[in-house]
Amino acid sequence: MGGRRVLPKGPSVPVETYLNVATGGILTGLVYGLMALGLSVIFGVVRVVNFAHGEMMTIAMYIAVVLFAAFGLDPLIMLVPIAALMFALGYLLQRGVINSFITRPEYTQFLLLIAVAIIVVNGLLIVFGPDARNVQTSYAFDSFQIGKLIVDANKLYAALAAIVVAGTLLGFFRFTRIGTAIRACADNYTGAQVVGLDVNQLYALTFGLGSACVGAAGSMLVLIIDVTPQVGPVYTLLAFVIVITGGLGSMPGALLGGVLIGLTEALAGLLFSPSAKSMFAFGILVLVLLFRPQGIMGKRGA
Amino acid sequence: MIARLIEGVSRRALILIAVFVAALAIAPVFVGDYLLTVLILILYFSYTGQAWNIMMGFSGLLSLGHALYVGLGAYTAAALYVHFGIGPWIGLLAAVPLAMACGAFMAFLAFRFRVAGVYFAILTIAFAEFARIGFDHFGWVGGSGGFFLPVAQYAQNDLWRLRGAPVMFYYVMLAATVLAFLCCRILLKSRMGYFWLAIREDEQAARAAGIDTFRYKMYAVMISAGMTAFAGVFYAFFYNNLFPEQAFNILRSIELILAPMVGGLGTLFGPIIGAFLLEGLAEGLRNLLEYFGIDIPGTKQLFFGAVLLLVVVALPEGVWPWLMRRLGFVERKP
Repeated sequence: MGGRRVLPKGPSVPVETYLNVATGGILTGLVYGLMALGLSVIFGVVRVVNFAHGEMMTIAMYIAVVLFAAFGLDPLIMLVPIAALMFALGYLLQRGVINSFITRPEYTQFLLLIAVAIIVVNGLLIVFGPDARNVQTSYAFDSFQIGKLIVDANKLYAALAAIVVAGTLLGFFRFTRIGTAIRACADNYTGAQVVGLDVNQLYALTFGLGSACVGAAGSMLVLIIDVTPQVGPVYTLLAFVIVITGGLGSMPGALLGGVLIGLTEALAGLLFSPSAKSMFAFGILVLVLLFRPQGIMGKRGA
Repeated sequence: MIARLIEGVSRRALILIAVFVAALAIAPVFVGDYLLTVLILILYFSYTGQAWNIMMGFSGLLSLGHALYVGLGAYTAAALYVHFGIGPWIGLLAAVPLAMACGAFMAFLAFRFRVAGVYFAILTIAFAEFARIGFDHFGWVGGSGGFFLPVAQYAQNDLWRLRGAPVMFYYVMLAATVLAFLCCRILLKSRMGYFWLAIREDEQAARAAGIDTFRYKMYAVMISAGMTAFAGVFYAFFYNNLFPEQAFNILRSIELILAPMVGGLGTLFGPIIGAFLLEGLAEGLRNLLEYFGIDIPGTKQLFFGAVLLLVVVALPEGVWPWLMRRLGFVERKP
């Protein structure tokens, strides 16, 4: 995870370096947050823990890579079609397979989604092979200078896009009829059925929306990191960490958690060793679980 | 003791079990090296599945981080062997308590702070990941570069130091699996076993009935962790190399829980049936693909995932409960 750039290390790291790294971490964290938002939405409404979340993101990342390699289409522009495609995938997955599992015990849901994850990872492995792929846009090495602060262009664009997508989704849930209906399902399953909502349809829509989030996040993340088929489980775990840190089911919490984890990873990578950085993310997770199990933004008893 | 052990089991079932164990005991005479390795893997997953089942199947505590205990057991025994020349059976005396202590620490935090359900599962993953990254930077046992046991051609099987041919490992694992099975049966029939089932079904009701749920959940985690640590010791001496990236990987934890889940959660035969089915399936697919000359990485696992999906959709409670009804066994559902 994190950037490709090798940062100067040693005792005499100037303050600007910390600031630059922290900014990069926050920007990457926003994209992480969007990915985790998908997981949070799915859990908050459908009450299914998507163990194939990171794997779904790798699908989106590969689509972005292929589109760029074949047609030179910029991942930031292809974000919308990719998200739409992932929406369709998530919708069909929920309708076709997962829906019959929502009343079954949790562990069978885990097993089901683990099976989906295995299929996705190895399907991608068969098609694309084990090598890392990435997207080299024309602005890959551009940066903006604000005072002494240097901001990577690709990270900035990706983070801005993440904010736009997350804002759209928040608006959708708050202001549209379908969004309100979905929130009703999340609040009270039986109640939603009583007032005549088509819960199965709404669940499928929600799973689609969650998948669209992760699709959008994936197409932005290829700007920042390389993709391999095996990277899926890593991001599933990262999404869990973020969502639990922020508060499972809380949408602003997912973004906040993403920023927090992104920042932690970036600084830990700088201060200690890049390979130890996810240890700090897990450290935060453990602390949150113990002292604020509902997450930073979560409601008690949720 | 033995009377209690076989209480409520039909004669037919007992005879079938005896035949099954006898068949496994004489199997090395008939099978080649390749099949023997497959059988060792099957037994390994039966054993670890049995250990994991104590937590999830009996007590309802979902652990997705059992690779932690495998890895701790493996590294402890291997480090003692390589650095101090201490054999694996003595090493077990350090590996098992260490894994139990680690499990107890996690469980204490979890239960003290009321971390339950999905959150508990994630906490177990977090601990395993923590250990993985920690061992990556633990130079004394090789760090991320791996830790290796000395390998040589052994003229004789040295059971005391676990150095020798696969046949010896096969019998060690067979004995462990049989012991684990008996141990789980005894535990299930004990007072504690009934407490566990009560906690699994309804923890609040169990507490209301006067069961010290905190204590019995702790016991479940510690016993499960300790049993799993032995599998780790075996793993280290069988494969002779350890990498944190492999030993503590989340995929290891998932691999380990598939057998009991597919076989039937909370049942004694579930892990064994599940291990046979899954390993048999995986190896069958491998050979089938080899036969057709398909050599693309991931193909086997793809089919594996697809079949797993089918099993989950078609037999949600697992294969064993379904098979049990078919065979007409009267083993009461625990």
